[in-house]
Amino acid sequence: MIEIIDIRKTLDGQEVLKGVTLRIEKGELVAIVGRSGVGKSVLLKHMLGLYKPDSGSIVIEGLDIVRFCTRELCKVRERFGVVFQGGALFDSMSIFDNVAFPLRERLRLNEQVVRQKVEEVLEDVGLLGHEHKFPAELSGGMRKRAALARALVTEPSIVLFDEPTTGLDPITLNSIHRLIESTHKKYNFTGVIVSHDVPEVFSIVDKVAMLDMGRVVEFGTPEEITKSRHPLVRAFITGSPYGLQETQS
Amino acid sequence: MNFLQTIGSGTLHLLRQMGGMFIFLLVSLYHIFTPPFKFKVFLRQVRFFGNRSLMVIVLTGAFTGMVLSLQVFYTLRKFGSEALLGPAVALSLIRELGPVLSALMVTGRAGSALTAEIGIMKITEQIDAILAMALNPLKYLVVPNIVAAILVFPLLGGIFDLVGIYTGYVVGVKILGLSKGTYFSQIETFLTTEDISIGTVKSLFFGLIVSWVCCWKGYTAGHGAEGVSRATTEAVVLSSVLILVSDYVIGTFYL
Repeated sequence: MIEIIDIRKTLDGQEVLKGVTLRIEKGELVAIVGRSGVGKSVLLKHMLGLYKPDSGSIVIEGLDIVRFCTRELCKVRERFGVVFQGGALFDSMSIFDNVAFPLRERLRLNEQVVRQKVEEVLEDVGLLGHEHKFPAELSGGMRKRAALARALVTEPSIVLFDEPTTGLDPITLNSIHRLIESTHKKYNFTGVIVSHDVPEVFSIVDKVAMLDMGRVVEFGTPEEITKSRHPLVRAFITGSPYGLQETQS
Repeated sequence: MNFLQTIGSGTLHLLRQMGGMFIFLLVSLYHIFTPPFKFKVFLRQVRFFGNRSLMVIVLTGAFTGMVLSLQVFYTLRKFGSEALLGPAVALSLIRELGPVLSALMVTGRAGSALTAEIGIMKITEQIDAILAMALNPLKYLVVPNIVAAILVFPLLGGIFDLVGIYTGYVVGVKILGLSKGTYFSQIETFLTTEDISIGTVKSLFFGLIVSWVCCWKGYTAGHGAEGVSRATTEAVVLSSVLILVSDYVIGTFYL
């Protein structure tokens, strides 16, 4: 379970998070949606302990990580898998080595077990046969799949997705969504997806949190969000700028 | 008031930068002695700093020795002391030019590439990815570079010196007509272990400075391609300045 309680964060003199409160139950898949620059990725990095909030608490599976030292944060991060926006694959390594990296470096498994686990997860994401390629040789969709494979290979209890479908065509976007859905079912992780793909992402998540002006303005199931009368939510779902002007005024 | 504010904020920014740099160095040095030790990454960085810089070191060493021999011969002839050409070339190279010029060349070739590589890893979130895997990026990106540079810089400086002394010999003996025996026997007479140790100590420090500054600049690179290019330029400029300043400081200790 992830519980975020009233966190505030100022970056470069600008208050990005102004009291965000959010509760994500174990095994849930939650989408955080909102306009660009409202602090979605910053919120995700707080969950990982890459940023410390100015105030408030972040509780990860019962542990308040805000005052944790680097070593304690490292222990908490072992529970996480992260799919970064651009994939964040290591350019100098093949896909196999990228996926094997946390197994070799953190879990220190022997090479036979590493091979078996990497091949299994690459098969899950549909990349078996491409493991010898380098990130630069892959398409955008394949890179996202490889990043997902690397995030899942250690079988984490929490997986964070930072805009996993940005820059993809609609077909690839849907295939990545289906992949997240199927891997969520198989690995049973608690998932947080930062996304702009509304309403497409609604079809795979249990709940949606709408973030705006540094706060969660709406939180509920996709059905509840779809029926919401909040002007910003309406504007976001319909893609209309008029509702947006209403909220800004 | 605005003027004072500008000076104050500028000073604070500078102090914060310097503090950050020193903490980065201390933490990195601490991690040199704590496991896990990344031996394969270290070997790769030895190749990166050493093997790939060899050609440029040999070339610059060769021409430095040749020019030095020509100029020193011209000066010594005025005093009728051409016989001292060997020790003059060797001492200049071993105590001063070898460590400094080889460090400057490696900064331009490997230091800039190191900053760019780490900077690109930073802006593409590869460093965050290492952190997210509950691993320490310093262990992979900084510690092996610092250890490799400390080891490789004295070796490159030594190669620079040897090549320079030999090409100085070619110019002095084969072109300017000095006797072969005089060139080398005078080097043997005047060169002491202290001269070699000062050159080695300088190279060790330069290795630490270049790897530290270049890793730090990459690690703190700003956003986008512009941020990386600025970090790379700053890394080369700051490393070069620090090499020349520390060259003088170390030199004064050995006088």
